[in-house]
Amino acid sequence: MSVDAAVPKTISRGDFAMNQRSILLRSISAAIFAASMAAALNASVALAQGQKVLKFIPQADLRILDPITTTAYITRNHGYMIYDTLFATDAKFQVQPQMVDKYEISKDQLTYTFTLRDGLKFHDGAPVRSADCIASIDRWSKRDALGQKMAEVTESWQAVNDKTFTLKLKKPFPLALEALAKPSSNVPFIMPERIAKTDASANITEPIGSGPFKFVKEEWVPGSKVVYVKNNDYVPRKEAPSWAAGGKVVKVDRVEWIYIPDSATAAAAINAGEVDWWEQMPPDLIPVLAKNKSIKVENIDPLGSMGLLRFNFMNPPFNNQKMRQAVLYALDQNDYVLGIAGDAKNGHPCYSYFTCGTPLASEVGAEPLKGKRDFEKAKQLIKEAGYKGEKIVIISATDQPIVHSQSLLTAEMLRKLGLNVELQAGDWGTLITRRTSKEPVDKGGWSIFHTWLVGPDVTSPAVNFAVRGSGQKAWFGWPEDAKIEELRDAWFAATDPAGSKKAADAVQVRAFEFVPYVPTAQFILPTAYRTNLSGVIIAPITLMWNVEKK
Amino acid sequence: MIAYIVRRLFSTVIVMAVVAFVVFSLLYLTPGDPAAVIAGDIATDEDIRLIHARLGLDEPFLVQFGRWLWALAHGDLGTSIFTNLPVTQLIAQRIEPTVALTVCTLVVSILVAVPLGVVAAAKAGTWLDRAVMSFSVVGFSVPVFVFAYILILTFSVQLDWLPVQGYRNFRDGAWEWLRHLILPSIALGTVYVALIARMTRASMLDVLAQDYIRTAEAKGLAPGQVLIGHALKNAAIPVMTIIGMGVALLISGAIVTETVFALPGVGRLTVDAILRRDYPVIQGVILIFSAVYVLVNLLVDLSYVLFDPRIRY
Repeated sequence: MSVDAAVPKTISRGDFAMNQRSILLRSISAAIFAASMAAALNASVALAQGQKVLKFIPQADLRILDPITTTAYITRNHGYMIYDTLFATDAKFQVQPQMVDKYEISKDQLTYTFTLRDGLKFHDGAPVRSADCIASIDRWSKRDALGQKMAEVTESWQAVNDKTFTLKLKKPFPLALEALAKPSSNVPFIMPERIAKTDASANITEPIGSGPFKFVKEEWVPGSKVVYVKNNDYVPRKEAPSWAAGGKVVKVDRVEWIYIPDSATAAAAINAGEVDWWEQMPPDLIPVLAKNKSIKVENIDPLGSMGLLRFNFMNPPFNNQKMRQAVLYALDQNDYVLGIAGDAKNGHPCYSYFTCGTPLASEVGAEPLKGKRDFEKAKQLIKEAGYKGEKIVIISATDQPIVHSQSLLTAEMLRKLGLNVELQAGDWGTLITRRTSKEPVDKGGWSIFHTWLVGPDVTSPAVNFAVRGSGQKAWFGWPEDAKIEELRDAWFAATDPAGSKKAADAVQVRAFEFVPYVPTAQFILPTAYRTNLSGVIIAPITLMWNVEKK
Repeated sequence: MIAYIVRRLFSTVIVMAVVAFVVFSLLYLTPGDPAAVIAGDIATDEDIRLIHARLGLDEPFLVQFGRWLWALAHGDLGTSIFTNLPVTQLIAQRIEPTVALTVCTLVVSILVAVPLGVVAAAKAGTWLDRAVMSFSVVGFSVPVFVFAYILILTFSVQLDWLPVQGYRNFRDGAWEWLRHLILPSIALGTVYVALIARMTRASMLDVLAQDYIRTAEAKGLAPGQVLIGHALKNAAIPVMTIIGMGVALLISGAIVTETVFALPGVGRLTVDAILRRDYPVIQGVILIFSAVYVLVNLLVDLSYVLFDPRIRY
């Protein structure tokens, strides 16, 4: 920049420049005014008048549309909006046909024959065929643990015709229908064959299903809004809805998922009536919303979620069974209920490796975790384990209150036991990366992390992956225990409910000895909705059919 | 002047190249793995390894950087790891709310702050001056999000005048569009008003002490004419400079404001991308922000000509 002093500063020149600038400014103002008027006059009304629009704040942002490549619950919930399943589990834990009209099981239990219902159509208008179902189940069984287990004993899937197909097994697999009715991640959703042929590790790009809602991709703004419209071609079953089973009757024209990351803003939005339903609210905001008579705060999840404390078996000191057992004697689940749920009304202790309130839950073997907290016993076990003051690194995520509150409680409890504890808090993205590390703690490794799983993911040895002892193939922490794996296989072989219960008890007894992780609490994050909504389905998954808006 | 603009645009390219390298390197060094985020909580090592390989995240740094740079040279900012949508599309989806928010904030701030600064300077040492300066201190000290919550509680929840959150496109109606921007603009603009008001006051005080102001007053010009026609025009250059430099402040404030008011802007896109380690999106957005910052400052430099015709480039 330079100042040209040689240019005389004359009034005439200044006036001329001023006039020029003023003409320019006036022209710009006129253009802006004209544009605003045109926009206002041409204002497009996005929604036809009289449409019923359900505005919903989801628990997380929908980023990935493929419910097979990710286990994220938000993607699972999206899956329930646009896809349908062959079978579904109802509120009595019974498997019910969903897309399937009728099915037969051969006497030797090796052949299952399925016939699809009439009128099933994908959102692109194509009919649902046997080939679509077979391709979808094939892709699902490459990613899902229970699907993989079933694939091990599967001889073939074959289409008899467009509506009938068979599953042939090498040996009986009593959980075949339960697997196809799996309610939580990964759910065996049915997609068109051309989409289901996508590599199981690559995300699908066309969200086309045959479910009760259609995804409006043009209106999807990741990080902000997801839009679904009613699928008018969907033919619901006649039965009443029960969890994901029964008739999926859609009673609104359009559903908008509005992601509001800030809890205070979300609370203000539902208070002001800008949204109808907030899926999961933090416990500290319950009293704020409870004051508003136009809002109902309710627990619609009958199973809740299970908190857990996971050890790293690759590093000392928790590669020692006695150290893990010591934690069982010291950890008080009541503290974790309060820490996570804020109020004892929103949770309770659950001294079981299987979701309390489900058929396989029991307290067998749970005495070390259930009884009066015994710090002396815990200290004795630590002494017997030969603990030499090794550093214990708890990795935590401050952006996940459920994780961080558990981490703080565990750190305090371990310090009371005289252990050398370091709490290293970051964000969730860092935690889930760091937990993949098998390095020692001084090289970026870890000793303990916390998380939580929804009730349906912990109901049996089949779906509770955290209880497994498959070493390097196991979930992060990599516990190795041949005995627990044998007992799990025995559970798969059980053919009747009594045998199944007995085998699950045996798994649990071993789990309380071996301690692959510690269950910390069972809790429910309540939902809040405006009182002009009705028909919200009580289920461990948020489902949006049957919901009516007045 | 054209040579100057060409030189500045050339330096912009160099600045952006440096930014691109630094951002890419920092992201490479930052802990966090998008494959782990994609796989979800219930994943195994094998799941993550497969996703890693598919995304090419297991390749060496220079290979990844070279590939990204090559695509960038062809105008391709890449594809989001999570949504599979092009980064340009994601930014295009989000640019309107951010531009609307920042422009509204800028306009409101200048319209409020400059008169405040002028009045404070004209009434220097009086209660009015002290009141304006106290407001500036408060504006500077109160975090944007605190002010935002107070506004929401008062004007949305209690009085029910304005919406709590969200954004409406301009094409959906000018009034609805404006309604959704009023509170965010005020919340974001407070710091900016404080900054500009203080700078205007200081600059005006400096100019008001000049001889030509005394001359203008001596020849009988009205106080308003002296203040606006003579003093403010000459005090404008430092104010314009601070407005340009304040764009960075505005961008960082927009990230917080968009989060609190749930505006689907580029700021929130950035935060979400960082939390999920969506590298292509982070890189794309930071490049765009850098370009905007450099270009705004270029425009500010060029605008000096409007206030002082003696200036030549």
